[in-house]
Amino acid sequence: MKKTGSQILLECLQMEGVDTVFGYPGGAVINIYHDLVDYPGLNHILTRHEQAAVHAADGYARATGKVGVAIATSGPGATNTVTGIATAYMDSIPMVIITGQVPTPLIGNDAFQEADMVGITRPITKHNYLVKDIRDLARIIKQAFYIARTGRPGPVLVDLPKDVQVASHTFSYPDKVELRGYKPTVSGNIRQVEKAAKMVLAARKPVIYVGGGATLSNCPEQLQQFAETIQAPVTTTLMGMSSFPSRHELSLGMLGMHGTYYANMAVTNSDLLIAIGARFDDRVTGKIATFAPHAKIIHVDIDPTSIKKNVRVDLPIVGDLKDVLQNLVRKLAEHADEVAEMTTATENWRRQILDWKTEHPLTYQPSETEIKPQFVIEKIRELSSDDAIITTEVGQHQMWTAQFFQFTQPRTFLSSGGLGTMGYGLPAALGAQAAFPERQVIDISGDGSFQMNSQELATLVQYGLPVKIVILNNNYLGMVRQWQQLFFDRRYSQTVLELPIDFVMLAEAYGATGLRADKPDQVEETIRQAFATPGPVIMEFKVAREENVLPMVPAGRSIHEMVLAS
Amino acid sequence: MRHTISVLVENEFGVLSRVSGLFSGRGFNIESLSVAPTLDPSVSRMTIVTTGDDQVLEQITKHLNKLIDTIKVIDFTGTDYVERELALIKVNAEESLRAEVLRIADIFRSKVVDVGPRSYTLEVTGAPGKINAILELLRPFGIKEIVRTGPVVLGRGEKGGKG
Repeated sequence: MKKTGSQILLECLQMEGVDTVFGYPGGAVINIYHDLVDYPGLNHILTRHEQAAVHAADGYARATGKVGVAIATSGPGATNTVTGIATAYMDSIPMVIITGQVPTPLIGNDAFQEADMVGITRPITKHNYLVKDIRDLARIIKQAFYIARTGRPGPVLVDLPKDVQVASHTFSYPDKVELRGYKPTVSGNIRQVEKAAKMVLAARKPVIYVGGGATLSNCPEQLQQFAETIQAPVTTTLMGMSSFPSRHELSLGMLGMHGTYYANMAVTNSDLLIAIGARFDDRVTGKIATFAPHAKIIHVDIDPTSIKKNVRVDLPIVGDLKDVLQNLVRKLAEHADEVAEMTTATENWRRQILDWKTEHPLTYQPSETEIKPQFVIEKIRELSSDDAIITTEVGQHQMWTAQFFQFTQPRTFLSSGGLGTMGYGLPAALGAQAAFPERQVIDISGDGSFQMNSQELATLVQYGLPVKIVILNNNYLGMVRQWQQLFFDRRYSQTVLELPIDFVMLAEAYGATGLRADKPDQVEETIRQAFATPGPVIMEFKVAREENVLPMVPAGRSIHEMVLAS
Repeated sequence: MRHTISVLVENEFGVLSRVSGLFSGRGFNIESLSVAPTLDPSVSRMTIVTTGDDQVLEQITKHLNKLIDTIKVIDFTGTDYVERELALIKVNAEESLRAEVLRIADIFRSKVVDVGPRSYTLEVTGAPGKINAILELLRPFGIKEIVRTGPVVLGRGEKGGKG
């Protein structure tokens, strides 16, 4: 039986096991939306902005590990997805974005609501397609999902002209994907793994440095096994945050610009740095010439372009992290005596790290009069359940969350790491909550970032998604203000958000609940009340205005040259 | 250092812009680029001349390989290969100069493909060095216009890729 292009698209989504789609209708996707009604298995969530639809699909993908799906119309609808796509691309999130396009005969004519989406998104997608012929549609959707979730995952955009949606063709979904130019290396070269085992056994000051790849490869278990086998401390990037339990005795927390003193000292003094699915980003390395100056570097990554991009690497291993870590642990098990010898020989190293931890723990000045933002985060941690999913926006609140939340379970921390997108957290929380209606989902936010996608309160209320929103309100664009304070003579140019927003009233305007705390002794009660209230709740905390995120490595300095909290 | 890279790609629309976009987006140089279909009409061969140190070249080949539409990447540097470029040169050829221009053309085994009252258009093929050499010799006569294809290469003997 023949089906229309829009029906074929929806059939394909079902075949891929998609259950939730985020989107926004418009003229160039009206056929898809017309047919969507006949597919009750595809739960569609109407956001209030296309950017939010893409962030929601991203949050859904990060929380579940599945491919997130978003739909937008041509022209402005499609261009609104760009920030969301770039966010997902920088953090390697598997997504398929469907955009409507003007009919093929009009392409290139500056037609109404036309934008060259394949051109615009070429550098921010793993791959993209313009479907010119309905006979290619099913194959392209199959390929799009395959490319999005395999290898180093990433967003794939499919631009679908209106006449292709209307045309009809027999539907058959291909069983196999044939792409002669795309064959990601999954199994790491076993000789390289053997060499890695030798280097590990010879190390006396090893550090494991974990990035977002560990989450994407679903290998936190193998990672922990590896770390425990060799008794090596583990530091994570922002993206690697929830893939190693923060309270583990081998955990060093985050490294880099706002990393812990002990993580940065450990990396600087290490003799072997084992990078697992991390990409040596400039926020991690600081001044590259003095990064891990005494260390040999083993770099495991599924993407060969990540290796030797920023730093010299002594031993590259291209492959899926889970596969490589399993083989590495197996190799080490064959040399149990040497492993025992190594772990004994590294006792001094662990003692040294413990000294660093006691010398300069993560800390802040508590206050009885002002609400300290770090205190709010500690309280949220204390009062939320262990499997709560935390999203953040971008700025000071994001760094404080990374420093003080102490994540214990994988896929519980969703944050825009690479692109650093303000306005990510609320729609991402929406997507995560849609995936897990029963779990606690909390967006930790600042007053600046929150206003970049606050319209999504409407979506939360409409779909009964009980996201709890924490606004650490300091009436500043806090992170930029901190830089201005420290490096630009306290000239607070355009970082004061002078108009005080009543976030409680804003919540109520959307039909959500709003709570406010001005004093430290109200914090716990406010959080308890919010968690006990059904539906979405905004908790506004009037926090100490000029609190800074510390430690901090000034831009361009070596990571051991930190400004520490007093 | 100068590298000549051969890239076999899917012969689909947009592939050229993926490749050129990759070079511009990541700050890599393109000295020349030529592209045309191979024996298999679904595959095109691009020949790219680029410059950079070893680390840059490693990134260039890795990123080219990473493109979904890329089937094979061959860096010919340090291998045995034939390299040819074609140039059309429109050179000033006043009455008094004609014989001399023809003599130079002859030395370089180039052909006169168009004759005008005051100019010759020469077709010359060879390695880029040879083309530079004839240009150097013709320059004193006054070169009016020039077009070069950029080099194309194939590995000698069994070296290189299929198609």
